[in-house]
Amino acid sequence: MNIVVCVKYVPDATADRTFDPADRTVDRVNVPGVLSELDEHAIEAALQLAESGDAEVTALTVGPAGASDAIKKALQMGVDKGVHVTDDAIHGSDAPATSLVLAKALTKLDETSPVDLVLCGMASTDGGMSVVPAMLAERLGRPQVTFAGSLELSDDRGTLTIRRDGEAATETVEATLPAVVSVTDQANEPRYPSFKGIMAAKKKPVETWSLADLGVAASEVGLAVAWSTVESYAQRPPRQKGTVVTDDGDGGRQLVAFLAEQKFV
Amino acid sequence: MTVERLLPSAEAYDLLALVREIAADELAPKAAQVEEAAQFPRETFRLLGRSGLLSLPYPEEYGGGAQPYEVYLQMLEELASAWLSVAVGVSVQSLACYPLAVYGTDAQRDRWFAHLLAGDLLGAYCLSEPQAGSDVAAMTTRAMLSDTAEELQGPAYVIDGTKAWTTHGGEADFYTLFARSSPDRTHGISCFLVDATTPGLSFGLPEHKMGLTASTTTQVHWDGVRVPAERRIGAEGAGLRIALSALDSGRLGIAACAVGLAQAALDAAVTYAKERTQFGQSIIDFQGLSFLLADMAAAVQTARSTYLDAARRRDRGLPFTTEAAIAKLVATDAAMKVTTDAVQVLGGYGYTRDFPVERYMREAKVLQIFEGTNQIQRLVIGRALAGSPPGER
Ligand SMILES: Cc1cc2nc3c(=O)[nH]c(=O)nc-3n(C[C@H](O)[C@H](O)[C@H](O)COP(=O)(O)OP(=O)(O)OC[C@H]3O[C@@H](n4cnc5c(N)ncnc54)[C@H](O)[C@@H]3O)c2cc1C
Repeated sequence: MNIVVCVKYVPDATADRTFDPADRTVDRVNVPGVLSELDEHAIEAALQLAESGDAEVTALTVGPAGASDAIKKALQMGVDKGVHVTDDAIHGSDAPATSLVLAKALTKLDETSPVDLVLCGMASTDGGMSVVPAMLAERLGRPQVTFAGSLELSDDRGTLTIRRDGEAATETVEATLPAVVSVTDQANEPRYPSFKGIMAAKKKPVETWSLADLGVAASEVGLAVAWSTVESYAQRPPRQKGTVVTDDGDGGRQLVAFLAEQKFV
Repeated sequence: MTVERLLPSAEAYDLLALVREIAADELAPKAAQVEEAAQFPRETFRLLGRSGLLSLPYPEEYGGGAQPYEVYLQMLEELASAWLSVAVGVSVQSLACYPLAVYGTDAQRDRWFAHLLAGDLLGAYCLSEPQAGSDVAAMTTRAMLSDTAEELQGPAYVIDGTKAWTTHGGEADFYTLFARSSPDRTHGISCFLVDATTPGLSFGLPEHKMGLTASTTTQVHWDGVRVPAERRIGAEGAGLRIALSALDSGRLGIAACAVGLAQAALDAAVTYAKERTQFGQSIIDFQGLSFLLADMAAAVQTARSTYLDAARRRDRGLPFTTEAAIAKLVATDAAMKVTTDAVQVLGGYGYTRDFPVERYMREAKVLQIFEGTNQIQRLVIGRALAGSPPGER
């Protein structure tokens, strides 16, 4: 069985994230990058499926040179091999263009050995769109099963059953493989790499592909053809100081007045 | 603050990145609460074991990480910045493995070492006794070679006595024990590797300590404990030499822990000093206070350089006993001073349990005491200057 996990290299959410003033895209150069935390859940799901049966897991990323760090982390966690699609023309790509590149890369992987399952995170921690998995499924013409809170493969490994936790109800959804699945942060607890994993990762194969390798024209991707653009951005205003109520006998009344004013009651 | 480190290999950078991630996500958030509750964080040690951090300095063929001390100690330092009790535990684990690693026969290593390093087992080191602290050779716990008829499974030693201050007492999976196999003061001590499940082993209640409360310290009672002779590590009577040699390396571990703790205190003090205003300005802008912080930073950096220099000597196979004693002395005295000054920087707030620095100060004290008090370190250094043999710790 072949599982491919799509992972994204994102600016570290604990650092001061910002935009590049030149073209108002996310600054991926001056802010330290990491493997998106949400994608770690997709990797964990893939590794667990692989451990419960024979499977090879590939991590696929589309991103600048530094994005190979996301692949490295995935390999350290236990993924078998990596594919890094990188090309200057990809800079500034929106979700449709990203899904195009991912779909072409998956098709290329599929040609050498059929891909049974594509796993994605539930969203990226920088863009936060959550739409790439659905677009990817559409482009590949495969069932899309999004926001899986749990995953289970049938004994013959031909069907996948997921739990989809909604606000009002929980759905159980079944799809035949090959399929595209996005995994939520409730699905599992991602493992840490081990030192042995770190050492083993150095020996694992990573392929680097350009747009030309995938037969994608530079004009199909990038900022110029993005369906939406960022017009302006601003720093989030600093948090206001909280209100302290001193209780001189009428503390309760003051609290109620405050809550009423804020329209909480 | 992330310490910028010079490491000898690409894998060491990846390793330290992993250690920082685990320290930030799994250690630092729990430390204050678990210390307050005085619980032993066994699960945290299991996680470190699974991640390969309990066996870093030992050979790959037995499942270790084969990392030089230069790297291993910087890992300890990072752990200590997040949670001292855990870092000390990892250092004690290395100490407990050392005799088997260095003095065990190939057969003994093949039989037990991989098992000790596999995954998440934890060791303890039983050297001190109630009446034998600095003066280890005053130990009275006896190991009598038994020749009774019940020795169908081969010869065995019978151990009787009480060991004091055992870190991980009652929690460990194996005990590296030093006991007297003959009356000769310094050549009558032998070393044994004992499984925690051996009948006759029992443990006292955990000591009520001023700090390091999540690290369990107990007496270990040995009551007719039968240890097969094949579990003796090194020659009969070689125990004291083995114990002192293990402590040379252990002291480097404690030095690294001290630097990590001091770094945490410095970071907390600097952060606070930038935020706190008095007389209309940040207190860090008062020269009087910034000089205090500058001295703290200098002490941390000096201590780090000192232990790393000793570690690099060890990694090259050079003698390092004196350097390890100097590193332990310098680093733990620095940790005591820096943590005390950190409380001063935070003023009244530093004296409360709402901030971590008072805990750091309580924790720093023990570093000057165990694995040879700092008086004993001076004794080791002084003897080297006088040209006399290292002798007892
Ligand atoms: C939290 C904790 C954990 C520990 N863990 C372990 C463990 O895992 N395994 C283990 O075996 N031991 C352990 N110890 C024991 C520790 O190593 C001893 O406490 C230490 O060696 C000092 O011995 P002592 O307490 O008996 O003090 P003493 O030796 O009685 O010393 C009392 C004072 O006299 C001074 N002194 C003694 N001799 C001299 C001298 N010749 N010259 C100058 N001054 C001297 C000392 O420096 C000290 O200030 C631990 C101790 C603590 C507190």
